[in-house]
Amino acid sequence: MRLTQGTFSFLPDFTDEDIRLQAQYAIDQGWAVSVEWTDDPHPRNTYWEMWGHPMFDNPDAAAVVFEVNECRKEHGSKYIRVIAFDASPGWESIRMSFIVNRPAEEPGFRLVRQEGEGRAVRYTIQSYAADRPEGARYA
Amino acid sequence: MNDMTPQTVTDAKKRYSAGVMKYAQMGYWEPDYTPKETDVIALFRITPQDGVDEVEAAAAVAGESSTATWTVVWTDRLTNCDKYRAKAYRVDPVPNAPGEFFAYIAYDLDLFEPGSIANLTASIIGNVFGFKPLKALRLEDMRLPVAYVKTFQGPATGIVVERERLNCYGRPLLGATVKPKLGLSGRNYGRVVYEALKGGLDFTKDDENINSQPFMHWRDRFLYCMEAVNRASAATGEVKGTYLNVTAGTMEEMYARAEFAKSLGSVIVMIDLVIGYTAIQSMAKWARDNDMILHLHRAGHSTYTRQRSHGVSFRVIAKWMRLAGVDHLHAGTVVGKLEGDPATTKGYYDIFREERNPMALENGVFFDQDWASLNKMMPVASGGIHAGQMHQLLTYLGEDVVLQFGGGTIGHPHGIAAGATANRVALEAMVYARNAGRDIWNEGEDILRDAAKTCTPLKQALDTWKDVTFDYASTDAPDFAPTPEVSA
Repeated sequence: MRLTQGTFSFLPDFTDEDIRLQAQYAIDQGWAVSVEWTDDPHPRNTYWEMWGHPMFDNPDAAAVVFEVNECRKEHGSKYIRVIAFDASPGWESIRMSFIVNRPAEEPGFRLVRQEGEGRAVRYTIQSYAADRPEGARYA
Repeated sequence: MNDMTPQTVTDAKKRYSAGVMKYAQMGYWEPDYTPKETDVIALFRITPQDGVDEVEAAAAVAGESSTATWTVVWTDRLTNCDKYRAKAYRVDPVPNAPGEFFAYIAYDLDLFEPGSIANLTASIIGNVFGFKPLKALRLEDMRLPVAYVKTFQGPATGIVVERERLNCYGRPLLGATVKPKLGLSGRNYGRVVYEALKGGLDFTKDDENINSQPFMHWRDRFLYCMEAVNRASAATGEVKGTYLNVTAGTMEEMYARAEFAKSLGSVIVMIDLVIGYTAIQSMAKWARDNDMILHLHRAGHSTYTRQRSHGVSFRVIAKWMRLAGVDHLHAGTVVGKLEGDPATTKGYYDIFREERNPMALENGVFFDQDWASLNKMMPVASGGIHAGQMHQLLTYLGEDVVLQFGGGTIGHPHGIAAGATANRVALEAMVYARNAGRDIWNEGEDILRDAAKTCTPLKQALDTWKDVTFDYASTDAPDFAPTPEVSA
């Protein structure tokens, strides 16, 4: 399967130039860009690991591309995303989030059904990869 | 206004002697009045009957929407009646519309119960709309003072938190209404939901008249839909939702359906505008208490919003719904099959999404409106739109909107999932191009064609619907054209 979280997951995988263009757009809007990685892609895993702090005062997206590549050196077999934070009043949250790196193989998710009364089913989604311990989930 | 206008009778003895008196003489016309910061202001378009003076007509509207009755009553004098009288303070002719006037009327805040749309509307659009001396009456806009706005909950979730819950940022959300809207069994209905969500949509939607009918009772729909939602979520790793319409004949039944939706793990429920303002506010409170996004389908609104001379403008309905506390509300597509010219629609979208609306006559927005940190509502664009219009949709409607392609998903020649994928790819490609600095308005078709090179479903969608447009004159365009600024 292909994990399709994020703003651009239905487009072909991003090149460094794609990352630079989109990160520069975010920077030009006044947003702080950040790099995060995870080996637990569950749709409700909100907190991926931070690769450093959001780059609050960085004017140049080349620095974002540099950090993505540094992150790849250590976590290249996992998911890496670029996130943009907007601190303006009335928003104060994320404005963009796009995946820039994914594992060679994405085994996807198991849907677990617990049959309840009255035909109701309680659903749980489990990542196949997360069956293994943290750090050993993707080759 | 003019010398012929009756003046307020200030001598108390004359003012309150039994009999009939012009509304303007009773104190409902105060041309020198400056509205207080805490006043509610309503702007009406009035069309007086032939021979009825516009100022007297405006005063009558002020009177009939506040304290007046047709004759003088001495019991006024037991009250602080000057305060409770609404005050018409300005009457302007409508540009290019002989016989029509804009009447500005100010209401003291104490005329209204805090936090009640029902009470606000019982005054402002109560008896007065049937008043005989007027041919027609339309409520065009309202200024709601911060002091009043703060008595309402506002949207249960709001755009920002909705995005956080859905883990979806930086692009419009995508939806589709399940079609055919009537007749599918629960099992077949869930199939459409599954295919559309798996193919790339964020949401699917019940239509306004899908409640609990012989062909599909509500529990069946909810159970099959949630199977579909969860399957699609597992297939994509994304949070997905389907607007389960809980509209029913009683509040008790709506709560029961909403509770069942919650127990099944749905992130969103839906109601129709026809359930009424109080029911909407109750469901908004329930949604806030239960971490639920609340979608409102504006079923019925065109009966009173569409004609320019009579009724209530949709911009007013939008303001009431932001107070009432819904998260999603349909607001027009500009380019689709339903009413909405670009300038007027922009006015609606601003009311949904901005912290503060400056007066913008060219968009039909007559007042500065401060929303006092009430959450923002997510506009929903639905009705006759397709992937080939993506550049126009993103330009007109922006990023914080749900684009709903019903026929434009389900009618795809290679199936529902292919239709969904076509829409998602077209959307992401357009957002990418905009962010990369391209002129999407002029290069939109090229951008879509390029994206279609690596996405067959998009190519099929573009080929199928390439000539579909809905280009009709709007019945509800703004009265004021933007005038070019003159620089000294």
